[in-house]
Amino acid sequence: MIERFLGWLGETPWSVALLESLYAWPLVESTHVLALGLFVGTTAMMDLRLAGIAFRKVPVTAFTGRLLPWTRIGFAIMTVTGLLLFYSQPLRYYHNVFFRVKVVVLILAGINAAVFHVGAHRSALEWDHDTRPPRGARIAGAVSLSAWAVVVITGRLIAYNWFDCDIQPQPAWVNWLAGCAAVLEGTE
Amino acid sequence: MLEPFFRWCEATAIGQAVAQSVWAFPILEAVHLIGLCMLGGALLVVDLRLLGVGLTSQPVARLARYARPWLIGSLVVMVTTGVPLFLSEAIKAYYNTSFWVKMCTLPVALAFTFLVRERVAQRVPADPHDPGSVTDRAVGAVSLALWFVVAAAGRWIGFS
Repeated sequence: MIERFLGWLGETPWSVALLESLYAWPLVESTHVLALGLFVGTTAMMDLRLAGIAFRKVPVTAFTGRLLPWTRIGFAIMTVTGLLLFYSQPLRYYHNVFFRVKVVVLILAGINAAVFHVGAHRSALEWDHDTRPPRGARIAGAVSLSAWAVVVITGRLIAYNWFDCDIQPQPAWVNWLAGCAAVLEGTE
Repeated sequence: MLEPFFRWCEATAIGQAVAQSVWAFPILEAVHLIGLCMLGGALLVVDLRLLGVGLTSQPVARLARYARPWLIGSLVVMVTTGVPLFLSEAIKAYYNTSFWVKMCTLPVALAFTFLVRERVAQRVPADPHDPGSVTDRAVGAVSLALWFVVAAAGRWIGFS
């Protein structure tokens, strides 16, 4: 079902045009990469504060209040350009091992942020100036730093087709992870 | 004129090892990107403040002091991954305009960051929480512009 939809999506004229364009695709991809500096960069600075590693005398609410809007702008750019890149080759990315790991870790990073938001962040004013934030905040910062590092690394590796379904033979677990079973049986 | 040097670079043991490995180039690139993220964050915290936005409740000097080890650390990561990436395809780089744009802008960006911006950021104004002078804003804008060119040209090396 999903594969049929993504196959159709990848054959829509705009998807083909984007993938085959001389400048549009590289420009979208470059924007996606450069926005990392804004999105992951500002996220990492806030995480370092939450983890109690850096910016220890800067109140946590300064980060969550004044820097977060910039992080959100970065996130918006990442999302729009990322969706466009996916739209240019939906079926290929769907079966790409690194893309799959990236999406799972993205979701984990989102859950981590949500847990922090409804958890430790609620009492932020009480520990705003603590050089060592409470355990919940420190864990949230450390998990966020690790998760985004994995997202960046796997995101970069999506470009490589080492484990793609048309590169065989592969270990069974690789084919399982890439969801290649249907492709290999020719029932796609 | 420099072409023999670039040929020598590509012939180095590191250049050959990275070029012949399946994993080395992608992993070096991924770590190079991690460095880019940290560099972006360490620069933006200070540059946005200089522009009068972002962490405006904090004195610039304090933010610059905290960001400094991450700025230098990220640059170390960028260089230690960037050099072997370059060595593996030095001849391609030699004929690549984006590479030269990046390498000509990089020293300017470094000099501006550590000579000009560093000094402006350390200067403590009468009111440490003031929104920032015209000079401060210009320095923040120039810093962001220079590093943007370095990053954009760097990404474009792979497309041209």
